[in-house]
Amino acid sequence: MTKHENRGLSRRQLLSHSIAAGAAFMVGAGFVAAPDAAWATEVVALQPETMATLVQMARDIYPHDHVPTEFYVIAVKGYDTAETAAEIEAGVAALNGAAQGMGHANYLAMGWERDRVDVLRGMEQSAFFQKIRGGLVTGLYNQKAVWPLFGYEGESFSKGGYIDRGFNDIAWL
Amino acid sequence: MVAKFELTDNSVTVIIGTGAGGGTLANELAQKGVKVVALEAGGRYLPEDYINDEWESFGQLAWLDKRTTSGDWRVARDFSGLPAWIVKAVGGTTTHWAGASLRFQDHEWKALTNYGKVDGANLLDWPIDGAEMAPWYDLAEEKLGVTRTGGREGLPGNNNYKVLEKGALAVGYKEVHTGRMAINSANRDNRLACQQTGFCFQGCKWGAKWSAAYTEIPNGEATGNLEVRERVHVAKILHDDAGKVTGVTYFDADGKEQTQMARIVCVAGNSIESPRLLLNSASEMFPDGLANSSGQVGRNYMRHVTGSVYGVFDKPVKMWRGTTMAGIVQDEARLDPSRGFVGGYELETLSLGLPFMAAFLDPGGWGREFTTALDSYENMAGMWIVGEDMPQETNRVTVNKDQPDQFGLPSPNVNFSDHPNDVAMRNHAYAQGTAIYTAVGATRVFPTPPYPSTHNLGTNRMSEDPAKGVVNKWGQTHDIANLFISDGSQFTTGASENPTLTIVALAIRQADHIASELAAGNI
Repeated sequence: MTKHENRGLSRRQLLSHSIAAGAAFMVGAGFVAAPDAAWATEVVALQPETMATLVQMARDIYPHDHVPTEFYVIAVKGYDTAETAAEIEAGVAALNGAAQGMGHANYLAMGWERDRVDVLRGMEQSAFFQKIRGGLVTGLYNQKAVWPLFGYEGESFSKGGYIDRGFNDIAWL
Repeated sequence: MVAKFELTDNSVTVIIGTGAGGGTLANELAQKGVKVVALEAGGRYLPEDYINDEWESFGQLAWLDKRTTSGDWRVARDFSGLPAWIVKAVGGTTTHWAGASLRFQDHEWKALTNYGKVDGANLLDWPIDGAEMAPWYDLAEEKLGVTRTGGREGLPGNNNYKVLEKGALAVGYKEVHTGRMAINSANRDNRLACQQTGFCFQGCKWGAKWSAAYTEIPNGEATGNLEVRERVHVAKILHDDAGKVTGVTYFDADGKEQTQMARIVCVAGNSIESPRLLLNSASEMFPDGLANSSGQVGRNYMRHVTGSVYGVFDKPVKMWRGTTMAGIVQDEARLDPSRGFVGGYELETLSLGLPFMAAFLDPGGWGREFTTALDSYENMAGMWIVGEDMPQETNRVTVNKDQPDQFGLPSPNVNFSDHPNDVAMRNHAYAQGTAIYTAVGATRVFPTPPYPSTHNLGTNRMSEDPAKGVVNKWGQTHDIANLFISDGSQFTTGASENPTLTIVALAIRQADHIASELAAGNI
C-alpha cells in the first residue's frame, strides 16, 4: 500500500508548518495530518479540528486496526464542503459537548476508545450519527484500495474467473 | 427481422415486463406466430455491459423508483425505500437471479389441504398440481439447461460449497449437492460453461447463467413477431364499456405519454408493480382496480422465509470465488409439522462481496462486534435460507395516492409482517445452519436478517374460486377474459423453492393456452 502523502499538501510543506495537536492528529491552519506525516489532507470548509474529530469518529464507528487512517480520511472527506459544513460543525460540537459532559476537554482528548464509544452510543439515534455511520458503509468499504486489506479480491472476470485459479482450493477442511 | 407494430394495431398481445414470466411468454408466443409488443421499463444490458462491482452494478440494474414500506419486518426499518432487490432491465430479474431451478414438491401445490387451516394465514390450494405441471417443468428445464436434469452434469463445488457439504453431512443431512442450476456446466445453447467467476447477482458476464435478456428476447425478436420497447413505463391499462381491456397507456423513453392498442394484455411486472398497475388502472366501472372483484389484488404478498447464516473459521474460505449459489441442502424442505411449523425450507450457499457484506450483515450495526466480523471476511462461509412463508391478507401492496413517482403515478407501498410460522421456521433454520458450520469448526456464527426481497410472490393469486383470488389456472383474470397475469404474482402459495423455474413453466403453459384460445377465436 503506497502512502498518500501528497493528498493536498506535500510532506515538506506539511513539516515546514506543522503544529502538534496531540497523539492522533496534527492539526494546522487548513489541514489535518498524521503525526508522522504519512498522510495529510487540506480542509476547505470545515475547521481542521472538526475534520480530525470526524476522522476519529469514523475510526470509532468502524474500527479496523489493520486499516490505515488515510482510508477513513477518504471516507469522510466528502463532508468538507460549503453545503455540509454547518451541519457537520454542529454535529461535532454536540459530540464535543457530550465528551465535556463526561469530564473530558473534547472528543479527541478522550484517550480510551471505550469512553468515545460511550459518547457515540449516547447519540446513536441522532441524525448526525446516522448520517456519518450510513455514509461510511459505502465510503469506507467500497474503496477498492481497502478490499485487499480484508482479503477480498473484487472482480475476476478480467482474469478468466477462478475456474483455473482456486475456486475449490480449500485444503484445511 | 425485428418487428415494429403500430400504436393503433389492436391485434397485438401487449406484455408488460420482460423477465422470467414476461420474457418467456413473449418468446413463446412469438414462436407460435402471435404478434407481441413487450413493454419494458428498463434498458437493454448484455453480458459485455454487466459490471462486476456490487454497488456500481446495483446502480446500473436495480429498480430504484420510489417505493415505501410498512409492517414489522426489519427491511422497513433498515431499507425503508427498498422493499425489494429486483432489476429494471430487459430480461428483468433473470439478470440478477442466482440460477437455482427447483420444482415444487407435490404436496406444496395443495397447501391448505396438506397443512390444514393456519390461524392468521390465508392458505389456499393451487388449482393445478404436480402432475399437471410436470410436462411444463420438463420444457422449462430444457429451456434453462438446468443442471442435474435432462442428463446434464452438476456444477463443480467451490470452497463455499465444500464447507456447507462437509458440515451438512456431519450433522446427518443426506440431500446435499451442487444444486439444479440454470448455469451451464458444459457449453450449451451457444453459451459458455460457468467460469467460476462469482458475481452471479450482477449479471453473468460469460452468459453461462440463463437470462431472458440474451436468450428469450433475441430468440423472440428473430421470429419477426416480437417488438420490445425499452425504457417505457406503463401507467394504466385501458378498457371498454363491455369491460374488456383495449390497450395501455405508457410514458415512453422521452417521457411522452403514448397509447398502445391491444387484443390481449399480459401483466408481468413482478409482484409489486403488477398489482400496483391493476390498482392504478381503477376506473368508474372498476373503482377498486382492474380484476379486483375479489378484493385480493395486492394481498397475500409473500417473500419467502429468508435469512442468512455466515460462519467464521480460523482459516480462509474465500467464499466469493465461483458460483454464488453453489450448492444446496434439501432435507429440511420436507413437510414435517413436528418441527413446530408447516412448510419447509432449503439451505443454499450464498456469498456477498465485502461492500455488500458491510451493508447487509447487520444493517445499522457498528463498533467492534461488527468490525471484527468483517475482519474475518476472508474466513467466512455463507448460506441463505429459502422457506415457504404464509400468505396473509394484510401483507399487501397498496398505492400511495399522496406519494407519486417520477411520472406522477401513485407509488407502491409494501406492508409485511412475519407470521408466527415464518418466525418459527427461520429460527429453526438459523439453528440448523449454525449446527452445520459449527460441525466443521466455525468459531463464530451470524444469523443474518433477511435482505430486501428478491422473491416477490402472490399479489394476484391463482384460485379456483373467483372470490378467493385474481386469476384462474391459466393466469387469466377471473374478471376480464383478455387480461392475464404472467409473473410470480400468480403464486397461490410460495412453496420452499426458488420461484423462477415455476414462473417460466407457467409462462410456457400460458403461451400455449393463449395461442390456442386466439386460434379458436375465444379471446
